[in-house]
Amino acid sequence: MTTTTDGEASLAPPDSGAERSGPLKIVPVRHPGRWVAVAIALVLVAQLVHALVTNPGLEWATFRQYFFDPSVLHGVWLTIELTFYAAVAGFAGGMVLAFMRLSPNPLLRVTAYAYVWVVRSVPLLVQVLFWFNISYLYSRLSIGVPFGPEFFSFSTTHLVSSVSAAVIALSVNEAAFASEIVRAGVLSVSHGQLEAAAALGIPRRRQLMRIVLPQAMRTIAPNAANQLISLFKNTSIVSVMAIMELFYTVQVIYGRTSRIVPMLLVATVWYVLLTTLLTIFQYYVERRFAKGTTRVLPPTPVERVRLAIRDLRAAAADEGTPR
Amino acid sequence: MTTTSPSAGRRPGDAAADPARVVVDIRDVHKNYGLVEVLKGVDLQVHVGEVTVVLGPSGSGKSTLLRCINHLEKVKRGTVTIDGELIGYRRVGDRLHELREREVLRQRTHIGFVFQNFNLFPHLTVEENLVEAPVSALGVPRTRAQERAGRLLERVGLRDKATAYPGQLSGGQQQRIAIARALALEPKVLLFDEPTSALDPELVGEVLDVIKDLARAGTTMIVVTHEIGFAREVADTVVFMDDGRIVEQGTPADVLDSPRHERTRTFLSKVL
Ligand SMILES: Nc1ncnc2c1ncn2[C@@H]1O[C@H](COP(=O)(O)OP(=O)(O)OP(=O)(O)O)[C@@H](O)[C@H]1O
Ligand SMILES: [Mg+2]
Repeated sequence: MTTTTDGEASLAPPDSGAERSGPLKIVPVRHPGRWVAVAIALVLVAQLVHALVTNPGLEWATFRQYFFDPSVLHGVWLTIELTFYAAVAGFAGGMVLAFMRLSPNPLLRVTAYAYVWVVRSVPLLVQVLFWFNISYLYSRLSIGVPFGPEFFSFSTTHLVSSVSAAVIALSVNEAAFASEIVRAGVLSVSHGQLEAAAALGIPRRRQLMRIVLPQAMRTIAPNAANQLISLFKNTSIVSVMAIMELFYTVQVIYGRTSRIVPMLLVATVWYVLLTTLLTIFQYYVERRFAKGTTRVLPPTPVERVRLAIRDLRAAAADEGTPR
Repeated sequence: MTTTSPSAGRRPGDAAADPARVVVDIRDVHKNYGLVEVLKGVDLQVHVGEVTVVLGPSGSGKSTLLRCINHLEKVKRGTVTIDGELIGYRRVGDRLHELREREVLRQRTHIGFVFQNFNLFPHLTVEENLVEAPVSALGVPRTRAQERAGRLLERVGLRDKATAYPGQLSGGQQQRIAIARALALEPKVLLFDEPTSALDPELVGEVLDVIKDLARAGTTMIVVTHEIGFAREVADTVVFMDDGRIVEQGTPADVLDSPRHERTRTFLSKVL
């Protein structure tokens, strides 16, 4: 090639690079399109913020007054608790169901399949109402031979408080979806891995826990995080059972004060904040399970900022020294 | 069937071992995949310290035979015996009772298997790959398994890679690690299914060198390969398979230089 399109190179004498003593400077590719996009986005965001701040209907004073209100904080905490218990129980159940689906035993397979089929087919709201009303359907649960003698029986109204009914309903639903997420993860691990483990005589349980699951986690983690976030927001459904979680608390307050929009904003901001925390958690979990799959892990955002600062410093120092 | 004893002098290591001891005894093995009969009655004996190289065209059943030896595949008829122990079954009178999975897994610890595409565990470091089976399958204390892993890595020339992940290694290095992993269980026999077929040509040599070293040290091995030069140099017995049967078997000189069967001749003329 004798022609060059690079402006800098054509201005400089052709062999100027060879005369310089230091290493050649690398010029990164420029992305002017990105800067235009950033500018447009900034304008749009500014307009949105303007609209949010200046509209009197949003009543930011009310928002401030209630954001850290003890009853709201209590609601936030209950929402977190509901999410935590339902997630733990749901994923534990989902794991069991997934291994039932993958087991060679046809009875276990069919049972798990039927469970997933039924639970996925019924809307969550209907399930929640069902569990809430179970005490009316079966006011006494008893342990004994079906249609035969009872050994032990107890009243369900004590057994199923409305909060535990909510946890049960959410867990049951969560398990069905989690089982499919775990199953997809297990299927994503290449068959050769199980074969190698079997050829080495590694016990069956250990094959799953040590070889298959950690590799499956790479597929499971993003989907599980998705599911966890949707569970977190789905806790608002149990407000139909008058449980004082975040959304119901907010409803009660605007029912009393009729400040609907600012109270909805209180709930929204809390949901967004906590989802953001979950998203950051997801990022680090995924990084953790990427071990061994990529040659070099990409830097975390914190590391990126540090690297950027170091580069800026180096560039500044570079400007200072004459060529 | 002609059987050969290991050539004297090449293996000082097994002078003490009984040269007539049969480690792998395959008798009348038949295997079907659905309606297709893939193995049609295979008999093969491998003596202690002996290297048997299996050659044959694609689809002749070489991989299937290896997988039947360590019971990754169930045979339809016939028996596989490793050092006197029937694999996959317990014999009671004239009946064969299938063993439980746990017992089969224990039997497999006597049979090392090296796969064409390595199948290292990518989320574990090299050392963890080597330590996993001895600890979880044999109950070896972790520190002892780690010492042994260190010695094995030395042996395959990868001592400095103990903390690397498989993805950070070249194909040849990965296969050498896979060989070390199989050796970590101190198996009675080592099975190789085309150990160099997935490698770039310049990496084939380093893996074959490791296998040659093992041969010199008196390791009993069955190697499926297309490397005729390797077979000539290392094999005590060369077996030629075609269409689910062993067609010809003998010393490398017999089978490679003066094959008696037409099919062996055609195959060799294609690969040489
Ligand atoms: N899981 C399976 N299901 C059905 N058929 C199979 C299966 N595995 C192997 N076969 C068939 O069995 C025959 C023997 O296969 P095998 O893999 O043992 O051949 P091979 O000698 O190892 O060939 P190659 O040199 O290509 O590896 C082939 O015809 C193959 O299509
Ligand atoms: Mg094969």
